Parts: sequence; C-alpha cells; structure tokens
Amino acid sequence: MAGDTLTSSEYIKHHLTNLTYGQHPDGSWGLAHSAEEAKEMGFWAFHVDTLGFSIALGALFIFLFSKAAKSATSGVPGGLQNFVEWILEFVEDNVKSSFTGKNSFIGAMGMTVFVWILLMNAMDLVPVDFIPYLASLMGVHFLKVVPTTDPNATMGMALSVFALTLYYSFKIKRPGGFLAELAFHPFPKYMFPVNLLLEGVSLIAKPISLGLRLFGNMYAGEMIFILIALLPWYVQWTLSLPWAIFHILIVTLQAFIFMVLTIVYMDMAYTVDEH
Amino acid sequence: MNINATLLGQAIAFALFVIFCMKYVWPPVVGALRERQKNIADGLAAASRAEGDLELAQKKATEKIKEAKDKASELIAQANKRADGIVDEAKEQANEERARILASAQSEIELESNRAREELRASVATLAIQGASSILKKEVDEKAHAQLLDDLAQQL
Repeated sequence: MAGDTLTSSEYIKHHLTNLTYGQHPDGSWGLAHSAEEAKEMGFWAFHVDTLGFSIALGALFIFLFSKAAKSATSGVPGGLQNFVEWILEFVEDNVKSSFTGKNSFIGAMGMTVFVWILLMNAMDLVPVDFIPYLASLMGVHFLKVVPTTDPNATMGMALSVFALTLYYSFKIKRPGGFLAELAFHPFPKYMFPVNLLLEGVSLIAKPISLGLRLFGNMYAGEMIFILIALLPWYVQWTLSLPWAIFHILIVTLQAFIFMVLTIVYMDMAYTVDEH
Repeated sequence: MNINATLLGQAIAFALFVIFCMKYVWPPVVGALRERQKNIADGLAAASRAEGDLELAQKKATEKIKEAKDKASELIAQANKRADGIVDEAKEQANEERARILASAQSEIELESNRAREELRASVATLAIQGASSILKKEVDEKAHAQLLDDLAQQL
C-alpha cells in the first residue's frame, strides 16, 4: 500500500489500528488486513504488535537489570549498577512509605511495573511514523508501537493487579473478613445492601480506573502526535517538539502513578479495617 | 501507507527533541547519578578510614593497658619492697629493744647479786669474827686484825 495517498482520517485510522492476528470469518487463522477485518475476529484475536513490543521491552528490562544484578559489587557502583540502584532505591522508598504489610514480593512487583510501563510509554517519544514505516518496508502494514496505548495491555496489567489484591485480601483477611469489610463498612450493619453496593462499585472501579487512566493518557498523547504529523512537514517540529518534551513528564508520571496505585491497592488488601 | 515529507518533518522534530534531551534532560540525570556515585565512594572511603581509626585506637588501647599493667606491677613491687623494709626496720627495732631490756635486766641482776654478795660478805665477816672469838675465848683485837679479816672476807 506504500505510495497510496490517504486522507487524514484514513491516516489516523491506520495509525490507530493494531496488527491483529486471529480467526478470519472463513475459519482460517491469519493477520487482519484492515480495521474492519480485525473487528470481525471478535474476542479471540491477538494484537501482535502490542504483545511483541511489550514482551521485547520486558525482556530488555530483565536483561539490563539482571546484568546489573549479576555483576553487582558492594563497592562503588559502576554506570549501569548505579543507575539500577538509583531506580531501585526510588521504588523502595515509595513501597516503604505506602506499604505497611510484610511482603518482599511488593517491591519487586513495584519495580517491574514502574520500569516496564516507563519503557512502554517511552516508545511514544519515537516519531509516530518511524517504526511503522520500517515495518511497512518489511511488509507489515499495521503497527502500533506503544503497547500502553492499547487498552488490552493496560487493562491486562490492571486486572492482574486486581487479581493479586483479591488474592491477598482473601489470604490476609479470610473470605469472611473480606466480605465483612465490603458489607459492614460505611454505614451500620443493618444497611448492608447499601454498603455492599457502594463497596462493590468502589472495588470494581479500582482496576478499571487503574487501567483506563494509563490507557487514556498514553492514547491521547499518541493521538496528538498523529494529529501533529498531519501538519505540513516544515512546521511539524514547532508543535511536535514541545509535546515531546512535555511527554517526558507524562511518560514518567503515568508509570509512577501506576506503580504507586499498585502498591496502595496491595496495602489496602493487607490492612485490616476495624469496623 | 503513504510515505511523504511527513517522515522528514518527524525526523526534524525528533532530531530537535534528541538535542533538547542531550542539552537539558541528560545532564541533570547524569549529574544525579554522578553525585550518587560520589556519595557512595565518599561513604565507603569514610568507612574504611573509620576502620583504620578503630584499629589504631584498639592498638593504642592495648598499649595503654599494657603500660598500666606494667606500672601497677612496678608499684606493687615497690610497695612490697617498702613493706619488707618496714618489717625489717621493726625487727631491728625490736631486736634493739630486746637487747636493751636484756642488758638492763642483766645489769640489775648483777647489781642485785653484788649487793647480796656484799651483804653476805659483811655478815660472814661478822660471823667469822664471832666464831673465832668464841673459839679462841679470847678477844681478838679487831683493829689489829682488820687487815687479815678483810683479806679473808675478800676470799669468800
């Protein structure tokens, strides 16, 4: 399709379409060739680009950090070790200030969440056409390079966090205690249906807000980059540059918020309310 | 996929962004990392210095203890010597006292025995004269024989 002229809306649509692998209506499995085709595949389809980039960035994170960990010295740290320790200390400070329980898993999860989301968000700073163009040269026609602009990725992480909070809630408070917390919380016990409704909504709202906040921010940022790319080429930098600079903040902030909320939710699972 | 000058525009923006990051984002990050590294290096240096100081202090402390021990044993030796001296002195004094008392007792005994001898001598002379005058039934001239009697008394 390279060389075809596209209208603006087609350009935007193209950039917002994932590379989808799924079952075609005729029953064969393969890549979707348009957004409509991808939609027809229904639930059992995979965004190959989202999965690929997130796994690749996760692997990069594991590779760098394990490399630093393996060659760690107790003396003066070198470049990579110093950097990794810096991030580790930052995450540890946050965990220590927000998490009151005792679980060594929380720190590792906090750091993974932070660095992984930071790396995925940072893909946003690469110009919107660079990687898709390279991919199109290799015959891949759709490619979204920022995994966190895909709600599948963000909601996937948010639901994993939610599942963990449920697991620890059940483990720490026992099912009875957890249910009691939901049923007897804001109002006296005899109003338990109201309580259950309120607490249920706030419980469900946690993973949804966690996932959609990250998705919304990154999606909006990506969208504006795409819109800027529609401007004449010689003025693009006037908007693209400030937005990219601003995005350094967004990228870090969203990763940080996701990490802090993850830690806070885990802390809530650990804290037994006296009511 | 239409490839046009958009790519160029993005390349310009990206280049500017990279330059911006190199100028304003990278230095503070690197600075913070450097400072952290320096702090750690300083801390480690301080720790090793403190370790050295501790070792020195321990050495000094053992030296001081040894010195104190030496001094104490010296003092004890001195005290012992002094105590021996005092005891010797006291012994000497006691000996002297004993000798003095012994001497005075002996002289007293001598005096007493002399006096007793004197008395005995006088009474023996008288007895001898009385005995002799009663044997001879004759008055002996005491005055004429005083010399003789004295010699006799002396021989007793």
